[in-house]
Amino acid sequence: MSVAKLRVFRGDSQGGEEKEYEVPVDEGMVVLDALFYIQANYDGDLAIRWNCKAAKCGSCSTEINGKPRLACKTRMDSFEEGETVTVYPIKAFPVIKDLVTDVSWNYEVSKKIPPFTPAEDTEWIMYQEDVERGQEFRKCIECFMCQNVCHILRDHNRKDAFAGPRFMIKIAEREMHPLDVLDRREFAREEAGVGFCNITKCCTEVCPEDIHITDNGIIPLKERVVDKYYDPLSWLLRKIKGK
Amino acid sequence: MEKYETHTHDVIVIGAGGAGLRAAIESSAQGASTALICKSLLGKAHTVMAEGGVAAALANVDTKDNWETHFKDTMKGGKMLNNWQMALYHAKEAPERVRELEYWGALFDRTKEGRINQRAFGGHTWKRLAHVGDRTGLEMIRTLQEKGIHSGIDVYMECTITHLIKDGDRVVGAFGYWRESGKFVLFRANAIVLATGGVGKAYKYTSNSWEYTGDGHAMAYEAGAELIDMEFIQFHPTGMVWPPSVRGILVTEAVRGEGGILTNSEGERFMERYDPERMELSTRDVVARSIYTEVEQGRGSPHGGAFLDVSHRGADYVRRKLPSMYHQFMEFADIDITKGPMEVFPTTHYVMGGVKVEGDTCSSTVPGLFAAGEVAGGMHGANRLGGNSLSDLLVFGKRAGEGAAAYASGKSHASVSAELIEGYANELREPFNNTQGENPYTIHQDLQDVMQLYIGVFRTEENIQKGIDEIEKLKERARTLKIEGSVMFNPGWHLCRDLKSMLIVSEALARCALARKESRGAHSRVDFPESDDGTWGKLNSIVAIKDGAMDFATRPIMEMPEEFSRMFTEDK
Amino acid sequence: MANGTASKALTMRKDMWWVEPLITGVVLGAFGIYSTWRALSNQFYYTEPYLSPFYSPLLLLDWWPLSPAILILWAPLGFRATCYYYRKAYYRAYFFSPPGCAVKPVGKRGSYTGESSFPFILQNIHRFFLYASIVILLFLWIDSYEAFFFHDGMGVGVGTIVLTANAFLLTMYSFSCHSFRHLMGGNLDVFSKCPTRFRLWGAISVQNEVHMKWAWTSLVFVALTDLYVFLVANGTITDLRLI
Repeated sequence: MSVAKLRVFRGDSQGGEEKEYEVPVDEGMVVLDALFYIQANYDGDLAIRWNCKAAKCGSCSTEINGKPRLACKTRMDSFEEGETVTVYPIKAFPVIKDLVTDVSWNYEVSKKIPPFTPAEDTEWIMYQEDVERGQEFRKCIECFMCQNVCHILRDHNRKDAFAGPRFMIKIAEREMHPLDVLDRREFAREEAGVGFCNITKCCTEVCPEDIHITDNGIIPLKERVVDKYYDPLSWLLRKIKGK
Repeated sequence: MEKYETHTHDVIVIGAGGAGLRAAIESSAQGASTALICKSLLGKAHTVMAEGGVAAALANVDTKDNWETHFKDTMKGGKMLNNWQMALYHAKEAPERVRELEYWGALFDRTKEGRINQRAFGGHTWKRLAHVGDRTGLEMIRTLQEKGIHSGIDVYMECTITHLIKDGDRVVGAFGYWRESGKFVLFRANAIVLATGGVGKAYKYTSNSWEYTGDGHAMAYEAGAELIDMEFIQFHPTGMVWPPSVRGILVTEAVRGEGGILTNSEGERFMERYDPERMELSTRDVVARSIYTEVEQGRGSPHGGAFLDVSHRGADYVRRKLPSMYHQFMEFADIDITKGPMEVFPTTHYVMGGVKVEGDTCSSTVPGLFAAGEVAGGMHGANRLGGNSLSDLLVFGKRAGEGAAAYASGKSHASVSAELIEGYANELREPFNNTQGENPYTIHQDLQDVMQLYIGVFRTEENIQKGIDEIEKLKERARTLKIEGSVMFNPGWHLCRDLKSMLIVSEALARCALARKESRGAHSRVDFPESDDGTWGKLNSIVAIKDGAMDFATRPIMEMPEEFSRMFTEDK
Repeated sequence: MANGTASKALTMRKDMWWVEPLITGVVLGAFGIYSTWRALSNQFYYTEPYLSPFYSPLLLLDWWPLSPAILILWAPLGFRATCYYYRKAYYRAYFFSPPGCAVKPVGKRGSYTGESSFPFILQNIHRFFLYASIVILLFLWIDSYEAFFFHDGMGVGVGTIVLTANAFLLTMYSFSCHSFRHLMGGNLDVFSKCPTRFRLWGAISVQNEVHMKWAWTSLVFVALTDLYVFLVANGTITDLRLI
């Protein structure tokens, strides 16, 4: 059995430092297992969020060797023999303790998005092709790694103006819902700040659910905003059709 | 003592999985000021792990389906030990509860006619499970979460409730701590809904997340409520076996629902021997025992499981219908399930037993205390059918929310004694003050080994007794725990209280398992391999606290009126 | 936010994240230099029967003192400059906004506005460049058709194949465009009511997934096409007649 070296951030909102641990590596072991080993054998108070340990709940988002990853999905055998693995909390949100950060901002944003609004006399018939786009977005496990990697939130800290990729696909899901009757384009532009996104696609790169956040969510949303605000032709067309 | 926050509500719901969310939505809709308290962040509850689907006789695919058949399937699956009234409500109300999710924005897979699609599942006569690929639970929890946050519920995240507070007979509040800061918090309420889920973390190999430590079971027990049928713990037939670090992770029954075939090392489709009629789609207890037996008798796969193969359905189909399973095996085990078989072995999955409730309102035997979802007992009898838990938590989540709001209405809040609170606080802080004591992680691991070894798929009197002895020793060791660090987000400290809950439910499980001298549903006694319909088939097991110790009793099952019991005799 | 030392460093990534933006920057830069030189040179762009794509359609204007390419190239250049794929590429490579995922971007914290204000708000007119590019594309197909007609009758030279392949690659690039995908079907909420547009959207979506591939191959090939015409026209090489 080989031994892995982990350098884990230990600290809180006041600051902190890396602490090095040696952990024996078992077959198929993931970084979260290594953190459990540390908890059980070295530091029982090492703080990390986790729930399902099967990449379905999105709780154990961390930065492993500088990259946003789910600790439960990052296998120890993906590192070089003898390589020191660094584990840090996600950077876009304030540290509470060790690997746990305060992600409450996301829940505040979520609440602001207008809920699904069907017509009063809806028949509730939808076909598979109508729901598939939305189903892709609803795979989201809310690990908030897209929020974390997005430079607008992570580095520019424009949480005042931009809702972040996770909520862009939420808006897109409702905007495209076959039975939803609300027009969310104004919300997307004015409140959620879709224009802030410069589609550098890091959100898509880190998504553990492989959701095409940019191509299928944000860009179509931007295009819908163009329809309403920046396209005189489509405006004219709407006038002629009387819509 | 140190300062603590106080929040006052009409109704508090503990646990924010499907049942808790549904209860809170309903309670709030009834006009009650409602709090929803959860150990994790909102939306991370174990419901997200439910994969296969939600059972409801919508009859969108098999038009012959109706509530009567669903009711009969559920009772038969539960070996007639179920609270028939709950099974009846469940079968009748599930379709409306599922459609309701769609009204709130859920996107289920569709039939060609544009209705909710349904798939086959073990023990269900017809194709009955509404689903979204193999992530139905996630869809449900997101839908309920969305509905919830726009319903005026106050959500308290990352808050562990450790004690229920009573005034005379009735519960009037709950005490606990914030996981982040370690500070204490008191909730005053006129009604409390427990929706804390199951107990799987008492076992070594389980599909359950860390939250499944039986908090609700334990707190209800400590508050004087009766627990029913705790010996019935479901081992899901198909958990992952290899590699070791993911052992126990669930392989959804939808794999078999979509045509997956089980074989042993000799290439034999062994279910032909155990249940030739239903084969892989037999009930979970039967399939779990069959796989277990095959491995015991030396016909297991290389890592000690059975082979489960769905690759014959074609790569595209498998990837579309079972996307999570495809990724799970690809990423954790380097196995492409579109090309070859998986290895599977039973894993601890669900506790049928729980807080004894009454079907109408989900009220427990303690006034003001309600329970819904996995923490409640009775609905599933001796064995739960796949897909019935998601419908259970919708149907009874709603009923519990209604019941709690109605109970709370018009009542005034009782005062809570300061000494009581101080006592709880001191008890919780103890592991910080102990200069000597056990590491909670070590005791937890030992408990998991004990439960895995002695109270597993097959049980004997000797083993269960050994298990009880070991649990007693662990209880003794757990009296003095010692942990390091501060009160801020300290997992070691969190485990201390969770461990006490697990010890209580483990003991309840073992004591009930010892008493029931028959095999029924998920409870398999090697020394009593047959079902004893004359005696045990008519008795529920009950445990409750009596003079500070666990007391076991039996109680006759609820009599089914003629109009329903006829449905079962006609079949024979 | 005091997420340990993570906040001080440029990045904690250990991999060679800078390779991708570097290659992007070099290739895009090389194309920029080459195309500017060729567009301004105003010579060696036609050799019977081949016309360089930089100078198509052939404009012979008395009133225009400069190279006619300038009157043409604004359309395809604008199309590429506002393309959802290239935006990612050059924001990363030239604006370092950000240079890589989880790598610190350039810019003052808190002042970022992305594509929500001038100048990048102009990206919203992408679809108008698409329309213009489709017109140019028509001419390129005409050029490709004419490249089959030599002074001695019909035939195929290496140039014929080059021009045709160029028109094909540019077509694939143009019609896998995100805006095109939106206009053809993406703007619908209920696909089941418009089966034809749904199928069209589906087909475009498949190509849209590899839009980046089309973007690069067509970019490199259009330069090579011009280079071929240039070399034949100034006599460096002779066109090989195949049929």
